[in-house]
Amino acid sequence: MTPRQQRMTLVLGVVAAVALAGFLALRAFQNNVMFYFDPTRVAAGEVKPGQRFRLGGMVVKGTLVRTPGTMDVRFAVTDYRHEVAVSYTGVLPDLFKEGTGMVADGQLDASGRFIATQVLAKHDEKYMPPALSKSLEAGKAAAAEAAAGSQP
Amino acid sequence: MTWLWFHKLASPPHFYRIAGRWLPWLGWSAAVLGVTGLVWGLVLAPSDYQQGEGYRILYVHAPSAWLSTFTYTTMAVSAAVGLVWRMNVAHSVSASCAPLGASFTFVALATGSLWGKPMWGTWWEWDPRLTSELLLLFLYLGYMGLRSAIEDQTRADRVCALLAIVGVVNVPIIYYSVEWWNSLHQAPSVMKFGKPTMPASMLVPLLMMFAAGTLFAATMVLMRARGEILRRERVGTWLEAAVGESVALTGEKR
Repeated sequence: MTPRQQRMTLVLGVVAAVALAGFLALRAFQNNVMFYFDPTRVAAGEVKPGQRFRLGGMVVKGTLVRTPGTMDVRFAVTDYRHEVAVSYTGVLPDLFKEGTGMVADGQLDASGRFIATQVLAKHDEKYMPPALSKSLEAGKAAAAEAAAGSQP
Repeated sequence: MTWLWFHKLASPPHFYRIAGRWLPWLGWSAAVLGVTGLVWGLVLAPSDYQQGEGYRILYVHAPSAWLSTFTYTTMAVSAAVGLVWRMNVAHSVSASCAPLGASFTFVALATGSLWGKPMWGTWWEWDPRLTSELLLLFLYLGYMGLRSAIEDQTRADRVCALLAIVGVVNVPIIYYSVEWWNSLHQAPSVMKFGKPTMPASMLVPLLMMFAAGTLFAATMVLMRARGEILRRERVGTWLEAAVGESVALTGEKR
C-alpha cells in the first residue's frame, strides 16, 4: 500500500468508525431523540400517569370543544390507530385546527386523559395558494356528494 | 490524461488564475438569480392556504439550510482531499468554507426561529432537526476556533481536516432527522426523491433561490480561497507576477 492509499484508508476508517459510534449512540437514546410519543405508544402503556412527555398526532375532526367564557379546550388526538383525549387551558397557535398536526407537552391523569401545559401546531410539507386549496376542497365535497347520491 | 485537471488545480498559481476567471461569472449569475428569486418569492408568488404570507420566509430559510449542509460537505471533502493527496490548495478551500457555512447555519437557525414562533408557537424546541442543525453551527465554530488556535500551518490543516471529516456524519443526520424520528419540523418539500409538494408558482422562485445561494457560496469560497492562497504563498515568486498582472489589468496603482 502506498502512503497515499494508507491515508485514504485512514480517512474512510475514521468516517466509518464515527458513523458506527453515532448510530449506536442514537439507537441507545432513541426514546430521548424522539420529539414526541404517538397515541399508539401511549395506548401501549409506555408512559405512566403523572410522567411528563410530549404527545403528538392529528387533531380529530369534530372533537374540538371550547368552554365559553374560559380558555379551556378539549380535543382528541389520533395517529389513525389510537386516540387520546386532551385538555388544555391557554392560547393555541394560529395554525392549530381540527384535522392538522399538533404536539403537546404535559402528562396523563389517572383516567388516561392528557393534561397539556403547552400546545404547538405541526404543519405538513404541503404548500399551495388559497384558491387552489378551496377548489380542491370543493372538488372533494362534490365527489363526496356524488358518491352519496349514487347510493340512496 | 483524465486526472490532469485535478493535479493542475493542486498548483496554487493555476488555481488562483482559474478561480479568478470564474469569479465574475459565478458572482453575477448569483446576483441576477438572487434578486429575481427574492422579488418573485417575497412579492409575486401566491400566499399559502395555511400560513398566509408568513410562509415566504421559506425563500430565505430553505436555501440557507441547504447551503449550511452543502458547504459543510464541501469543507469535509476538500479536507479529505487535502489530507490524502497532501494538497495545500484543498486545505485552503476547506478553511474558506467554515465562516461562510457558519453564517448560513446561523441564518437558517435564526429564520427558522422567527418562523417557528408564529406557526408552531415556539421560538425553539429540542427537536431532532433543530438540535442537529445547532450541532452543525458548533462544528463550524469549533473548526474555526481550532484553526486559529494552532500556529503551525501544516498541523492546523491536518487537525482541522480530521475534525471536518468526523463532523460530516452529522450531515445525513440533519437531513434524515425528520424521517427517522418524530419531529416538530415537517418533512422536506423539495429536497427529496419524488414530486415537490408545492405548485410551480411557488417552486420556481424557490429553485432560483437555491441556485442563487449555491452560486453565491461558490463565489465566496473561491474568493476566500484566493485570499488564503495569497497569504500562504506570500513568499512565492509567482505571486508578484500574478498580483502585478491584475493590478495592471484594473489599471489601479498600489
